[in-house]
Amino acid sequence: MEEPDFLVHHKGDTLGVVVVEGVKAGQTLTGWVMDADETTTVKVLADIPLGHKVALAAIDDGANVIEYGNNVGKAVEAIPVGGYVHYHNIKSNRW
Amino acid sequence: MARDYFYGYRRDNGRVGVRNHVLILPVDDISNACCEGVERLVFGTMALPHSYGRLQYGEDLDLHFRTLIGCGSNPNVAAVVVIGIEPGWTEKIVEGIAKTGKPVAGFHIEGRGELATIASASKTAQDFVKWSTEQQRVKAGIDELWVATKCGESDTTSGLGSCPTVGNLFDKFDAKGSTLCFGETTEITGGEHLCASRAATPDVAAKFMKVFQDYQDEVTRFKVDDLLDSQPSKGNKAGGLSTIEEKAFGNLEKIGRNCRYIDVLGPAETPEKGPGLYYMDTSSAAAECLTVQAAGGFVVHLFPTGQGNVVGNPIMPVVKLTANPLTARTMPEHIDLDVSDLLKRRMNIDQAGEALIDMTLRTCDGRYTCSETLRHREFSMTKLYRSA
Repeated sequence: MEEPDFLVHHKGDTLGVVVVEGVKAGQTLTGWVMDADETTTVKVLADIPLGHKVALAAIDDGANVIEYGNNVGKAVEAIPVGGYVHYHNIKSNRW
Repeated sequence: MARDYFYGYRRDNGRVGVRNHVLILPVDDISNACCEGVERLVFGTMALPHSYGRLQYGEDLDLHFRTLIGCGSNPNVAAVVVIGIEPGWTEKIVEGIAKTGKPVAGFHIEGRGELATIASASKTAQDFVKWSTEQQRVKAGIDELWVATKCGESDTTSGLGSCPTVGNLFDKFDAKGSTLCFGETTEITGGEHLCASRAATPDVAAKFMKVFQDYQDEVTRFKVDDLLDSQPSKGNKAGGLSTIEEKAFGNLEKIGRNCRYIDVLGPAETPEKGPGLYYMDTSSAAAECLTVQAAGGFVVHLFPTGQGNVVGNPIMPVVKLTANPLTARTMPEHIDLDVSDLLKRRMNIDQAGEALIDMTLRTCDGRYTCSETLRHREFSMTKLYRSA
């Protein structure tokens, strides 16, 4: 793989970060799982800007979302694989 | 590492600075105009106007004095003229700075007026500038370099690229005996256990958790729904960060993989346990955080940004880096180092860390940073509560 479309901090994270511009719904993206140095793919269901996140697993309403191998918040609606993940569908567990 | 030395100014107390400022330091807000009068008259001086210094008391007053004395004592400062409305607090700050052995003189306005004070303070300032401009840079090892970090307008590229680049430098400098600082207490929220695990001893970890919990209690006491607009900030959200926890894990990438903090400092406190990494209890607001880090004695600052925070500091040069290719492209006059190739796998973290070491040491040698060329001199006191 030359240049990835999205990056994943840890193997097992349920979120990946899009690192290219102009990603459109329906595209299949190639990702680099950094700690494991592995490649993965996902078909995105929405347009996602650079720096924003895509779901790599189906996340139930109320379930924790995992990034950096850690719990970074909880889903406030069910999020399908390839869904756009941001503050409209995940919230802090802290405040 | 390409090199492990820099050229700086060795001060009488043994510390090494990377800039050679002559400060005109107001004790209080109503002495700002007088300090700015001296700055306009005498080339080579820098006034540091600020908003406070009257009717403060207790811990808040202690922090005010510590900040002013600490900034005046910073080895990036060659000499200081202190001006206050009255002699008592003015002399207290002069005495604090004088412990470093550097030239410092105090003036007060009451009883003589501003114009006469400007005249006498300017004569002293002129002498200080003539003396300071004869100081020469000397070679010093990076074991004598004090480096602070804080990130701002972070986004997901901060945790992926610019913050771990700083972490790579911190791991390498820590091994060489540098003195290092990080902080931003509220932005550890969600990652506090990870942060506690990086303390050198259980006692230091407990000290961190107390500082963390105290700040949480304060935030909880005052918060209304708008906290969700501040943490993460609107800029953070525009850059893809969704929650404070996500922001915290990205933030903590700045302390690398190996180094452990050996003490927890209050705001503007100077490290006293020798070389190593220190946690400082700071606000996460950029100008406030940088001001107390400068007061702690740190001489150069590493500032990862995602969306493009433009902050600078009057005392420390601020080296700004980004891994966001949009920010590097649209705000180049603010970015000292572009590490966006990390996202494209054209560069690895070790290579990015080396590029940051190179830029940091060149900055220490005298190269102006973007924020210095744009005259960013944000000097913001941390206020603990209302004045009496």
